[in-house]
Amino acid sequence: MRIHPRIINRIVEFGLNIQAFFTVGILVVIVAIIFFKGFPYVNPEFIFAFPDDMGRHGGIFPSIVGTMQLAFLSIVFATPLGVGTAVFLTEYTRESTFTKLIRFGVESLAGIPSILYGLFGFIFFVIKLGMGWSLLAGVLTMTIMILPTIIRTSEEAIRSVPRQLRIVSYSLSATKWETIKKVIIPAAAPGILTGIMLSVGRAVGETAAIIFTMGSSLRLPLSLMDSGRTMAVHFYILAREGISMEKAYGTALVLVLSILSINVLAYYVMHKAISKYS
Amino acid sequence: MIEKSLFKERLVKWVLVLFALSSLLFLFLIFMFIFSEGLPLFLKVGLFKIIGGSKWAPTKGFFGIFPMIISSFLVTFGALVIGAPMGLSCAIYLSEYSGKKMKMFLKPALELLAGIPSVVYGFLGVIYIVPLVRDYLGGSGFSLLSTSIILGVMILPTIISITFDSLVSVPRTYREGSLAMGATKWQTIYKVILPSAKSGILASFILGMGRAIGETMAVIMIAGNALKIPGSILDPLRTLTGNIALELSYASGDHRLGLFSTGVVLMVIIMLLNYVANFGIKRKIAK
Repeated sequence: MRIHPRIINRIVEFGLNIQAFFTVGILVVIVAIIFFKGFPYVNPEFIFAFPDDMGRHGGIFPSIVGTMQLAFLSIVFATPLGVGTAVFLTEYTRESTFTKLIRFGVESLAGIPSILYGLFGFIFFVIKLGMGWSLLAGVLTMTIMILPTIIRTSEEAIRSVPRQLRIVSYSLSATKWETIKKVIIPAAAPGILTGIMLSVGRAVGETAAIIFTMGSSLRLPLSLMDSGRTMAVHFYILAREGISMEKAYGTALVLVLSILSINVLAYYVMHKAISKYS
Repeated sequence: MIEKSLFKERLVKWVLVLFALSSLLFLFLIFMFIFSEGLPLFLKVGLFKIIGGSKWAPTKGFFGIFPMIISSFLVTFGALVIGAPMGLSCAIYLSEYSGKKMKMFLKPALELLAGIPSVVYGFLGVIYIVPLVRDYLGGSGFSLLSTSIILGVMILPTIISITFDSLVSVPRTYREGSLAMGATKWQTIYKVILPSAKSGILASFILGMGRAIGETMAVIMIAGNALKIPGSILDPLRTLTGNIALELSYASGDHRLGLFSTGVVLMVIIMLLNYVANFGIKRKIAK
């Protein structure tokens, strides 16, 4: 018996509907679990107190500070490099073998998994350059990891700046660099900001690359050469070594909430940026 | 005055060239250091004894990572079996069926799945998936199956967003032509849209594979990390990434070099996958 195509069409549409909501459901369930399980343990004391007894008691203050230090310093290093690369690729060259080579480099960096960054950061920064497990080693490793994201988003943002703005600027006898500095970068700023925020989200959630470069000391890192522990690493150690499920859930909540809010903000800024020129 | 600003222009250009070269420099450094640490052992112990060997006892001179290579491919394949159909159908729904408002909400929501750190996926896997597998199917629960389920969910955002982009880029005229011939919507999707978006969809699967094979933290929490080739989907296993992450913090001497050799093998696999995926995407654009 041959089923009528229109009936098949209906069945498929129904199936796809269910499938899509199932997938979104997974996201909702993940966030809901983290939220409801962690909520009872998160309070001001948890955020601002130092951990006690390997994290069994007390709060997660040093790991919050460590996470912020890592994310902030990585974007301080990666933003000029990334935006500079994007400006070079869009404003200073036509597509050539040279730009293809650079793009190949960026694509390849983006594809390397974090454990290999960890391996590299460990042998290069920690061992060969003698930094030891330190904030600096973590920051430098992270800088390389987030560079591709910043380059791609900045390049896209700069390309979407209308040509007229450039032409007007040049016609007022501005030089190339003045045009870039005063016209193009400000116009592309929201897009660039999106890339920076997505990178912050990545730095906050990263574990494999950070645990082998920044280490996992529970003390507050006071200098670049101090080891430290980010929230993600702290959460991993709490959960894996079964130190405290309550503290693990609490840390997971703070971790996921910060990443989600950073990313939501990033999408919001991107949305604004897209509607600006279209 | 003019000379000064000309000088500045030139200076800026060269600084930007240097910045642009930094990505290549980093890539070079990463390759150089992982290979310079990892390759000597291949010469000392022998390529085949490492890639083909099945015994990993680095302190006793055995560096076989064959079971880990197989395990890495098994979890990757498992992730694809679970993630590919889900991702593909979700992307079809998003691009062909959902309304504009729905799209505006669903696409970013699904991309947020990618932002959840892998340790959190691993943790949820240990708490919810592992006991489920243990209670209903047997074994310890730390298994190929549990790992595949978690990785399958983790690669969804990659598959959905790239497949979606390639479905959307199919020209409207194709759709209209097919519908005008009296084809139903599903016939149009199945016979016209999917074939024309084929290379993009394939690329999304390959990039998803790249993500799965490189995933570390979630895998070491759920996979059980046993040192043999799993006999069934309920057996524990250890991947290449897991091997590095589990032992790097205390390894020294040849043991550490062995972990870098593992890294070399992983790097080669990832580079091949990326090359194939990029090739697929480029061909699509060229078309």
